[in-house]
Amino acid sequence: MFGNFDTQVLIKNHALLLNGMLISLELTAIAAVFGMVIGCVLAFMRLSRLLVVAWIATAYVNLLRSVPLILVIFWFYMLVPKVVGHPTGAFTSVMIAFVLFEAAYYCEIVRAGIAGIRRGQAQAGLALGFRPTQVMRYVILPQAIRTMVPVLLSQVIVMFQDTSLVYIVGVRDFLTAAEVVADTNNRPLELYTTVAVVFLAICLTASLLVARLRPRTAR
Amino acid sequence: MIEFSHVSKWYGTNQVLKECSLTIGKGEVVVICGPSGSGKSTLIRCINGLEPFQKGDVRVEGVSVAARGTNLGRLRTRIGMVFQAFELFPHMSVLRNIMLPQMKILGRGQTEAEAKATQLLARMGLSLHGAKYPAQLSGGQQQRVAIARALAMDPQAILFDEPTSALDPEMITEVLDVMVALAQEGMTMAVVTHEMGFASKVADRIVFMDAGVILEDTPKDTFFTAPRTERAQQFLSKILQH
Repeated sequence: MFGNFDTQVLIKNHALLLNGMLISLELTAIAAVFGMVIGCVLAFMRLSRLLVVAWIATAYVNLLRSVPLILVIFWFYMLVPKVVGHPTGAFTSVMIAFVLFEAAYYCEIVRAGIAGIRRGQAQAGLALGFRPTQVMRYVILPQAIRTMVPVLLSQVIVMFQDTSLVYIVGVRDFLTAAEVVADTNNRPLELYTTVAVVFLAICLTASLLVARLRPRTAR
Repeated sequence: MIEFSHVSKWYGTNQVLKECSLTIGKGEVVVICGPSGSGKSTLIRCINGLEPFQKGDVRVEGVSVAARGTNLGRLRTRIGMVFQAFELFPHMSVLRNIMLPQMKILGRGQTEAEAKATQLLARMGLSLHGAKYPAQLSGGQQQRVAIARALAMDPQAILFDEPTSALDPEMITEVLDVMVALAQEGMTMAVVTHEMGFASKVADRIVFMDAGVILEDTPKDTFFTAPRTERAQQFLSKILQH
């Protein structure tokens, strides 16, 4: 079956494929960075003593975590141009969709990390005379971050795989680029096998790196 | 120095402190004992505002803990606290645990804070352990570091919340020794403990609580020889049996 595996088609179209990979990576990086920023804000909102603030964040997180990502991608594809008032291009809408979707997941990871620190730690900090913000900064966060980082990075790896869903709105990510090449050259086996192997290699390597991080950072 | 007047506290409909009144004078050592769930820990946590209460007032050096305008941070800095679970900060070295609060809360410089920490560690017999992390120390050692951390803030009084309850028997003594020395130096102390040996050695007064009520507040000799309430007699006979 692999006897006539045509590597030429890969070499000839490597620029297109590479470009697709760069788009996938770019989307992952943007969604990770901005998603984490918004996720942290949401997490602090959920931990807020102001019930309205906590409620808004909780509602947002529950909503986004209850709908399939592919639906969110579709939805923003139609919604974003309407909100901005002019056509934005699929990449922009997809980028916004990923940032807002992933933020909900990062929020839960950050919140769990903070909530996982024993109450006694905060009490000890307060009893010494630290202000609540200082307790967060010097006592809670440094400990919480150690447990959060590996989980956040694992979520980034999952998201990297999920970026392949953008094919439905025509963003030319790695998978879509491969699909185009496969169709035009009638070489689906070569292309989809390559996509699988590349995803496997990247995600496995990244997972192993995160796992190596775990014993040192998580306690 | 610390005055409770008619303090009541509820968790929902469950009343955990009932009209508690108590005075702890400067230099006094008061041991608070009673069966578990009697409100001892809750009581001393009212002193530094870790536990809010709904009725009555607690005053520390004349300052009301519950009043709106009170600078709780400042009040807490003047009252040290030692916890059952030590609560050292696990991500910092022992030395850093003792230095950071001095630097961030009292505004002391690095050199001064380090000198103070080093001196206190020496006093606790832990000079060789400053660079270690809390997890590398035994429970008794960790609790002595926690006492050093509290002392580094030059507190006017220290609250001990069952400081030896989480320790193996052979480590209890090393912590109690430090506490006895502190008491003899004249530190004002409120100690929740079941260590009656410690109580009989250094306590000025013993407060006995049950079901959120202060049943006895007496000099230690009276408490051990002639407890007034039946509840205290039962408690003593159980705890002193062995």
